[in-house]
Amino acid sequence: MSGAEKIAVKVTEIVPVNELVTRFKFERIDDGLLPTFSGGAHTVVEMPDGDITRLNPYSLMSDPMDQNAYTISVRRDDEGRGGSLFMHNSVKMGDEMTISYPVNLFSLDLRAKKHLFLAGGIGITPFLAQIKQLERFNGNWELHYACRTPSLGSYVDELTSHHPNEAHIYYDDENEKIDLVNMLDGQPLGTHLYVCGPKGMIDWVRKTATAEGWPREAIHYEEFLAPQPGKPFEVKLAVSNKVIQVGEQESLLEAIERAGVDAPYLCRGGACGQCETRVIDYTGNFIHRDHWLDDDEHKSGEKIMPCVSRFEGKTLVLDR
Amino acid sequence: MSKFTFPPSIRSRPVYGTLEARDGAAHLLIADAYGAEAILDVATRSMMETAHIIYIPKGCDFEGKLRDLNAASFYVGPTYAAAASRIHKALADAKMGLQVYLTGTEAVMGQAQHAAMQAGIPHTAIQTEHRGSTARRMQCVHCKGITEDVEVDPFVCAHCGLNLFVRDHYSRRLAAYQGVCIDAEDHGNVPKSKGIYE
Repeated sequence: MSGAEKIAVKVTEIVPVNELVTRFKFERIDDGLLPTFSGGAHTVVEMPDGDITRLNPYSLMSDPMDQNAYTISVRRDDEGRGGSLFMHNSVKMGDEMTISYPVNLFSLDLRAKKHLFLAGGIGITPFLAQIKQLERFNGNWELHYACRTPSLGSYVDELTSHHPNEAHIYYDDENEKIDLVNMLDGQPLGTHLYVCGPKGMIDWVRKTATAEGWPREAIHYEEFLAPQPGKPFEVKLAVSNKVIQVGEQESLLEAIERAGVDAPYLCRGGACGQCETRVIDYTGNFIHRDHWLDDDEHKSGEKIMPCVSRFEGKTLVLDR
Repeated sequence: MSKFTFPPSIRSRPVYGTLEARDGAAHLLIADAYGAEAILDVATRSMMETAHIIYIPKGCDFEGKLRDLNAASFYVGPTYAAAASRIHKALADAKMGLQVYLTGTEAVMGQAQHAAMQAGIPHTAIQTEHRGSTARRMQCVHCKGITEDVEVDPFVCAHCGLNLFVRDHYSRRLAAYQGVCIDAEDHGNVPKSKGIYE
């Protein structure tokens, strides 16, 4: 079986945080301890919904050393493929669910002299765990967190009351903007920058920091891409000798799994590279959406990341 | 001839590039001997406005040309050890956006790279360009003593006197290559020394 090892859990707490965000708490069904993790890790939550099983990654926001429970916060996306709606509408207290062992693609670089966090909206969640991790050994950190409005500012009160000197909040509707260039200027040598939030914010921060002379090795970002719906298409899996149909609302990876073919994956969000698949033949166009392959690889027509990318055309034959 | 093409080797062996001017809030340029030529090549007027040049001449005559670059700060010292406290102070005071350029011998680049890494700069973000002598800074794996400016292989450890084979195995932490006793099994059976790259 592909992906990280699985854990059977029950839902022990559902807390509406605000109009859009709900927090879920998971504890093991067998009352055992969960593995510790490192701040920035995510878990892949399995959501059986009729014929489809969605597997969506969510950042763990609880204390990485707390082995009794994991918590995640899910932002409702009314336009998405339904994973977050399933969590919001169908998951009830006491439900048994399957989650994966923690996987970290956004870990702290502990060589850093200082950690500078930039969060946008629900992008706050990995930082909540990282802050708890750093607080254990008196780490040097600073958070700049942009939210749409005070009522949508998830965990703002907790952050500003526990960390009044480190946490800085910006509300869009009050026209508060992160003064990025000024903030980057004068940060001590050895500072690492971490950004998690909408794509536009990540691009802006990476571009600005690079222009200010920050080395790319000191700029960390995490952006999970949810697979986007698209036109249905047909794929031939050469190794398993199967022809499968990818539906409008499912990803290529999900369709491969639905056909009973074990395909590797970890993040399911275009970031980790685990699901990279060789293309044997194609006639048509790829819709590449991952962050893993570079531009040349995207153009080559030799590889695809089935977790987020799609295809439009006549034939696609994969080495799977 | 201040440029030398090192033969391909194991992954442990450092690979040097060509310095290029990068955008940044400040620029720290550290060189010895013929490394001065690489600084003269890379320096731009705008870079020099926020540049700190630290130079160890080792008998070369580039001080005047480097001074004429009008860097914001210019220091000349006799040895790396003499310049070290200034390098540490410059790094301690530096902010993110600092660009580090190291050039000259492997010994000076390696020691300055270690200082910059300790200050928090990822080693892959530190630019290097080799110029001048190909002599190596060697650590004896037996007594741990460092022998500077080793040009031949094998050589005699300056600390414990063992005959050491010059390996390409490099330590960024020590800024030195590894020297291993060449006649441990058969005392006195030491091949004739020749240049490391001969």
